[in-house]
Amino acid sequence: MQGSANTYNYKVVRQFAIMTVVWGIVGMLVGVIIAAQLIWPDLTFGIEWLSYGRLRPLHTNAVIFAFGGCALFATSYYVVQRTCQTRVLSDSMAAIHFWGWQLVILLAAVTLPLGITSGKEYAELEWPIDILITVIWVTYAINFFGTIMKRRTQHIYVANWFYGAFILTVAILHLVNSAAVPVTMWKSYSAYAGVQDAMIQWWYGHNAVGFFLTAGFLGIMYYFVPKQAERPVYSYRLSVVHFWALIFTYMWAGPHHLHYTALPDWAQSLGMVFSLILLAPSWGGMINGIMTLSGAWHKLRDDPILKFLIVSLSFYGMSTFEGPMLSIKTVNGLAHYTDWIIGHVHSGALGWVAFISIGSMYYLIPRLFGQKEMYSVKLISLHFWVATLGVVLYIAALWISGVMQGLMWRAVNSDGTLTYAFVESVKASYPYWMIRLLGGTLFFSGMLIMAYNVFKTVAAGKAYDAPIPEGMSPGSLPMRPAVGPMVNPAAQGD
Amino acid sequence: MTDHLTAFWHWYVVIITIVSMIACGVLLWAQTTKRLPAGTKPELHGNVWDEDLTEYNHPLPNWWRWLFYLTLLFGALYLAIYPGLGGFAGQAGWSSAGQYNAEVKQADADFGPVFAKFSAVDIPTLAKDAQANAVGQRLFLNYCAQCHGSDAAGGKGFPNLRDKDWLYGGDPATIVATLTNGRNGVMPALGDAIGGETGAKEMAQYVRSLAGLQHDANMAAAAAPKFAICAACHGADGKGNRQLGAPNLTDDIWLYGSSVEDISYTIKNGRGVNQLVEGQSAMPAQGEKLGPAKIHLLAAYVYGLGGGEPPIVEKAEPASTAPTAPPADVKTPAPSAPSPAPPKGK
Repeated sequence: MQGSANTYNYKVVRQFAIMTVVWGIVGMLVGVIIAAQLIWPDLTFGIEWLSYGRLRPLHTNAVIFAFGGCALFATSYYVVQRTCQTRVLSDSMAAIHFWGWQLVILLAAVTLPLGITSGKEYAELEWPIDILITVIWVTYAINFFGTIMKRRTQHIYVANWFYGAFILTVAILHLVNSAAVPVTMWKSYSAYAGVQDAMIQWWYGHNAVGFFLTAGFLGIMYYFVPKQAERPVYSYRLSVVHFWALIFTYMWAGPHHLHYTALPDWAQSLGMVFSLILLAPSWGGMINGIMTLSGAWHKLRDDPILKFLIVSLSFYGMSTFEGPMLSIKTVNGLAHYTDWIIGHVHSGALGWVAFISIGSMYYLIPRLFGQKEMYSVKLISLHFWVATLGVVLYIAALWISGVMQGLMWRAVNSDGTLTYAFVESVKASYPYWMIRLLGGTLFFSGMLIMAYNVFKTVAAGKAYDAPIPEGMSPGSLPMRPAVGPMVNPAAQGD
Repeated sequence: MTDHLTAFWHWYVVIITIVSMIACGVLLWAQTTKRLPAGTKPELHGNVWDEDLTEYNHPLPNWWRWLFYLTLLFGALYLAIYPGLGGFAGQAGWSSAGQYNAEVKQADADFGPVFAKFSAVDIPTLAKDAQANAVGQRLFLNYCAQCHGSDAAGGKGFPNLRDKDWLYGGDPATIVATLTNGRNGVMPALGDAIGGETGAKEMAQYVRSLAGLQHDANMAAAAAPKFAICAACHGADGKGNRQLGAPNLTDDIWLYGSSVEDISYTIKNGRGVNQLVEGQSAMPAQGEKLGPAKIHLLAAYVYGLGGGEPPIVEKAEPASTAPTAPPADVKTPAPSAPSPAPPKGK
């Protein structure tokens, strides 16, 4: 079926979908290990390759770029083909993208434990791998936008705007932040110095959150929520406003990672102000997703896939409220460098990113293997509850330990000395780290349930490539006139 | 103009910021439509994708619009009050450096008298003061425990502060000097001078014999003549030299371990020479960070841990000239020079 012009290219979707589950398990296992290392530092017998400092970047890279990346690629290839009603621009470019990205992940899995790192958070990979990423990313971009160019629908569906913004911006972020002067094959120094380097890093870091982990996954949301709910998207107009506001405002928010540092006050303030302005544009996506369900709330009762999708939006709303609050200087003064931030990240990463990825994979996988539904809907339900309990335990524990750490660090005696030595705050954190480990382990076990379910589904079915519906060229598309008092804003989205 | 902004960059930031915020408001305003009258069904936007994907065109929710406007308004007010618009300082005149200075000033005013009271007392007396020790311990746990341990018993490469063995001296003035200026003890790599691996192994046996530890007498005897090389710093009798921070080799107290392997490694490769391999071996200077009052308290705390030596220097302190300089300060690296300068008053 490969290469057939009458079908969608589901092969690349299948490949990325399966690897989403695989890398999810790997990345989260590493997360569980480092959570345990915080409690038992000698867990890995003092082997340097398995030390916390080496495994932590491996964990973040694996869950963001391997698990999250594969979920984005699988869904974006599926969505762009189906909503453009055309096969992907190039099958071989899709294959290059898939295998190239797996190679990047493997190189990361080798170099990071070896201690080869550029030292930039979420951009640790050294320059040869950065170049490889660039090549793969350009391949992906050409393939994605090329598919949009040859679409057989008149308008570009909203999910593709978000995927498009994600692909373009991540390219720019990667190129700018990874600019470096190589010294040896596996060592380079950043092209920037001092506070400029820090600013570039967090302009990158925060927009990796904004465009990789938010815009991209909103693309998933805009397709899979209405599909699974079988309801129209709540508001086209809202999608236009929040799309432009979101991608515009995110660009400014990076400096909130550098409050009370050498970064000039004015830059810190702008970062904070625009982080607060970001609240409404972020929530636009949540409203549009959740309200899509209005009139079909009953479906939430017995459809665990929809549960994953809608709960992910709740966590999205929660963490995009928490984010702007944390960006306020005085709040940040308490929360920065504490567990609170790690809790915040995970309410986004587990609650939002992982939940919506998992939900969309449960939708996709049976369809990619010619099945009506997953092998066991009950197991999806079990996965949902195990994962939900896991996230809640995780973030609640780190809220408490984070606030506690912040208060302990600033407590002062009547003689002006600090009330607590740093190590006392570490000691006080142990109970919460145990709870967090429990939460993380639950979430990880959910992935194992998923893997079993996926395995049984795949084993029972066989690779299936859906046919592209005939007779729906741009001219023959049943177009209704644009409605509303305004000029059709889809022109902007085109 | 703050933070080195030229006029160009000032206006660059100001204009882009203001235009951006207005643009957000305009986008919102332009996309505002009438609310649906009660009972009307929302219109479908008109396109169909992938067989059944459609979109309603609900108006923007009112509460959401007002939330958006409110954050824009907050932003505008904040940028009027606080620095943010390029070089514009803001109406409140706030700056993070200003806030820091004000807080430090306040802390000095609040806590200065507490420390002044302690600074007036000499270290041996202060070491017996329970209140001073409580403050000293808190300081120690925050600034010193990372290396010397929370019980001050040290570790490999980090001196034990509880015993009576001192590399540079345990009298009050020397402790203060060590804290204020730091120390940079270096054992040079003597592998070549001493005859390589074998020479180092033999010398290790000799050094163990000095400390009264079990050793190979033949190997020790073979190394004995070469000890002249070591004697330059450690003395002919191996009892060390406090002017250089050269450890006493006869007291069976070891900074880097007493095994033949450890000692021969020390002899061959030195300690504190190659810090990339060995890690930091220096005692960092604390003077600038902590100031004399806190150092005075810390010195008293360390002095009182058990190893404090009689303040031989103390008597000479007021004079500060002739008898203070014990043998001679010449060979010591610069940092220890100010040690005689006594009055640590504020």
